[in-house]
Amino acid sequence: MSTVTNTTSDWKLPSPRKVGILTLILAESALFTIFVVAYVFYIGKSLNPPYPHQVLEFPWLGSIALFGSSGTIIAAERCLRSGNSKSFLIWWGLTLALGIYFVFFTATEWWKLIMVDGLTIATNTFGTSFYSLVGLHLFHVLVGLVLLSAVFVAAARKKIHADHHEHVEVISYYWHFVDCIWIVVLTVVYIISVRATYE
Amino acid sequence: MTMTKGARKNFGWILIAGFLATVMGSAYAQDGGEMRRVSDIFQPLSRQSEMILEPTMLVLLTSLGVFLVVTFMLVYVVWKFRRRGPEDDVVEPPQIYGSNNIELAWTVIPCLIVFVLVLVTARSIVEIQNAEMPPDALEIRLVGHQWWWEVHYPQLGIVTANEIHVPVSTRTGERRPTRIYLESADVIHSFWVPQLAGKTDLIPNRTNRTWIEPFETGTFFGNCAEYCGTQHANMLIRVIVQEPEDFQRWVENQQQPPPVPQSALALQGRADFESITCINCHAIDGTTAVGVFGPDLSKLMTRQTIAAGVAPLTPETLRAWLVDPQVMKPGANMPDMKLTDQQLDSIVAYLETLK
Amino acid sequence: MSQDIIIEDNYRLPPPEKVGREPGSFTSVIQGLVFTVDHKKLGLMYIASGLLFFVIAGSLATLMRIQLMVPDNTFLPPDVYNRAFTMHGTTMVFLVGMPIIFGFANYLVPLMIGARDMAFPRMYAFGFWVFFFSGLLLYFSYLGAPGIYGAGSAPDVGWFAYSPLTSKAFSRGHSTDYWTMSLLLGGIGSVSTSINILVTIFCCRCKGMTLGKMPLFVWLNLVMVFLVILALPCLSACQIMLSLDRYLGGTFFDTQAGGSAVLWQHFFWIFGHPEVYVLIMPAFAIASEVIPVFSRKPIFGYPVMVAASISIAFLSLGVWAHHMLTIGMSALGNTFFVISTLLVAIPTGIKIFNWLGTMYGGKLRMELPMLFCIMFLFQFLVAGLTGVMLAIAPFNWQLSDSYFVVAHFHYILIGGLLFTIFAGIYYWYPKAFGRMLDKRLGMAHLVFFTIGFHVTFLPQHFLGFLGMPRRIYTYQADRGWDLWNFVSTVGVVFQAIGILFLVANLIYSYVRGKKAGNDPWDAWTLEWATTSPPQDYNFAELPEVKSRRPLWDAKHPNDPDWKHE
Repeated sequence: MSTVTNTTSDWKLPSPRKVGILTLILAESALFTIFVVAYVFYIGKSLNPPYPHQVLEFPWLGSIALFGSSGTIIAAERCLRSGNSKSFLIWWGLTLALGIYFVFFTATEWWKLIMVDGLTIATNTFGTSFYSLVGLHLFHVLVGLVLLSAVFVAAARKKIHADHHEHVEVISYYWHFVDCIWIVVLTVVYIISVRATYE
Repeated sequence: MTMTKGARKNFGWILIAGFLATVMGSAYAQDGGEMRRVSDIFQPLSRQSEMILEPTMLVLLTSLGVFLVVTFMLVYVVWKFRRRGPEDDVVEPPQIYGSNNIELAWTVIPCLIVFVLVLVTARSIVEIQNAEMPPDALEIRLVGHQWWWEVHYPQLGIVTANEIHVPVSTRTGERRPTRIYLESADVIHSFWVPQLAGKTDLIPNRTNRTWIEPFETGTFFGNCAEYCGTQHANMLIRVIVQEPEDFQRWVENQQQPPPVPQSALALQGRADFESITCINCHAIDGTTAVGVFGPDLSKLMTRQTIAAGVAPLTPETLRAWLVDPQVMKPGANMPDMKLTDQQLDSIVAYLETLK
Repeated sequence: MSQDIIIEDNYRLPPPEKVGREPGSFTSVIQGLVFTVDHKKLGLMYIASGLLFFVIAGSLATLMRIQLMVPDNTFLPPDVYNRAFTMHGTTMVFLVGMPIIFGFANYLVPLMIGARDMAFPRMYAFGFWVFFFSGLLLYFSYLGAPGIYGAGSAPDVGWFAYSPLTSKAFSRGHSTDYWTMSLLLGGIGSVSTSINILVTIFCCRCKGMTLGKMPLFVWLNLVMVFLVILALPCLSACQIMLSLDRYLGGTFFDTQAGGSAVLWQHFFWIFGHPEVYVLIMPAFAIASEVIPVFSRKPIFGYPVMVAASISIAFLSLGVWAHHMLTIGMSALGNTFFVISTLLVAIPTGIKIFNWLGTMYGGKLRMELPMLFCIMFLFQFLVAGLTGVMLAIAPFNWQLSDSYFVVAHFHYILIGGLLFTIFAGIYYWYPKAFGRMLDKRLGMAHLVFFTIGFHVTFLPQHFLGFLGMPRRIYTYQADRGWDLWNFVSTVGVVFQAIGILFLVANLIYSYVRGKKAGNDPWDAWTLEWATTSPPQDYNFAELPEVKSRRPLWDAKHPNDPDWKHE
């Protein structure tokens, strides 16, 4: 859907919403790149413990929830496109729930890191780069949850129809992006850096 | 790196640079004396600066050539094709949309120029950065502070500030280069004495290296070249290049502790110095003063300047400095010590004995 | 062209409830400014606030030049001087350069691509106001930054704010926080405006305008916003990290706790170098419109110009460490960045030759926009060549952080960007206000400003050769720097007079200027097809194009462009 459509012409232009969200994702990727590079740069450089291999556990449940939510949002989108608003609401709610679970999971992880292991953002360069990278991702998850809930509330009040398909698709692009970032974070933080050695 | 060859090759460049320097800096020709205040990069007086001048002159001449050609083209086009009168408005000129052959031509020429520049520069970078020092080369550890330079000679056990003494080398004969290790105690600074060496930064948590190998004696002027806070402008450094015998004499003097003061006033000054907070920051050999935050004062009076080059070091400037450092160097980390007149007299008298 | 145009919701924003007594009253004017989502009005607001900040930052520069006019001057104390150059640099880049180029892009892109408005008009208003308040926030630091510590005032860490000078230990009070927050906010504004421009270009072109038929102005702005979208977030990341360090005790740049001072430099210049091209692309954009029109010929080698711009943008992402050749990188690292930097010279050279090729064989009308563009070509040539010099690492070891660098980037930003902005103002003022700018005042502006510019900045090259570092608030009398510093300061007077002529001209012509008509320059792009100033929603009927010069086709039906492209 272009901003100005000439009903009789075959002059087709991409949709502003989609181009917009893709561009935003490009910008966000640049932002994350810097944080990932900072994290990688500081692997093995902390002067004092705790070090990653001592305190980090692979976040199986959180990751499964987050990756699963990418699947459920695709399902929700399909339902909306085919006009099935009821199953849309269910799949969408499931996406929301999985996202909330991810936040809850990270909260418990951070609770343990801070209260048990004594790792805060000011402890060492690992703490600083870890909390900022994971925190930045978490912030994006939270923004995504706000968007998801807004759609959920609207859908529950029966205000979302098939012609809102594109709005919903834009949100799903964003949600998939948040997922992709999590793959990078998982790899860098929970797979690579826990193998680093510290003196 | 073959020095003799390099030196001969450099000679042509130096002639051209000398000409440039004369044209540009004629108002400030060196007075021929010891003080080389005008730090003109086209008057290099060390091996490194001469090596730097080689790619410099190449790129300057290349750029000059490009500049003349393109400016000529611009002026020619503007003059030749200017609108001459209303008759030119009647018919539009032939509409030319482009030409691949011409585009190709003016792509290839810059490529060739860039190719040559890259080769020359890469060789020069490696030669300068990886220059090998003789195994017995003099070593200096230079530590940047907000806003002064701490100078260590680890092989000689000397600590001083804001002035580097090194022996002179000759272009073809004996080499007496100095390896300098650069560190910082607080923020980033940069060591730059244009006639002797290009810049290298002093970065906290990191040790950088540079080297100098001067060909002439005299006092060379330099600045901190990376903005480092309030008094960045007054973070000056001097490199004093001496004949080997003079340098040896300086070293021997520096290695002695300062003489015990003779006059009663100076002795009183020493007691005052040790009893107030001076010793928290400054160190003087043979006393209780072992501070590390300010310059080592053991051989204070052998230096040319005070406060990293703010003023020449004389009893008057020393006193003025002690009255209130914030007047001579606002923002400096040495506070106004609120000394009484008697304390000023005695401490100045004591400091004057530190030779 | 059919008339049944569907205008999206965005265009039917309910008009805000009118306050104030009648149209033209102060309150209703203010309301019009605050509530507008019109791309033309917001574009002019962008340019106007850019010019306002330009005057402020120019005044700061004047103060600095007065301080440096004679050795051992005590006109400004060191801390005031350091704040002045920090604010000058930050303002000129983020509050003058960026808003003015966004203003031009936002005003002209929809007109040139035959669209009625930006893709997201409300987001555009958001971008503008975020930028505007980030500027106010930065300047509020003069009042607010001392905080409860009573330390500091405006930021004094330099516009690239090298760590660890920005850490709590060396920058007490809140001045650095104001700088950080202002840039973070401004970054959000810039990115949202850039996304908007990009989406507009991709999604709102009129019928027939394929990417290959867009005016070069649009192409170059497209490249520019791509760079903003890729580079600005890196700056935002820097600012977030710095805030974490300063407020939560993070150790990104805390060298005492194992942090790295060099990391900031890498991150900053990954943003900072593309930023230079962000600022110069619009200069190319304006030159690529003005030079063909006043040469009466189409741009020479359009596809090559586009390709050269894209390769400049691409290369600019890999040259950042040429700002860091003195940090003690390995010989290999230095050589890499020398090579990548020198490569930029090739497409840049191609562009200059293409502009000359456009002029060759034309009938050059020496109107003011063209004169400014000719000066741009000359000055950009100088700046490009000094840039090549700076890329030669050994030469760079002598020149970096010296006044040579100051001269170099002022030749880029004033001689390059500002001169084309002036060209753009003279070229499009008739379109925006319906009146021509006065020629005599304009000539006075050109002559005084050009003389002032060269007198100010040419000697600074020599100061660099003579070993004068930048950012020093004073120098001693016998270092050989007195004469050139004095000359440099004298030049400022001429520049100031030039700017006064410009301001006078803008005001005088608004009232008394000759009526312009729709197409005063006999130009070829779509903005000249509508009224001056353009009506609401730009075009009564959406145009349809067949070539890069739609108005040429209309004026020369016997020999239209699309037969040749």
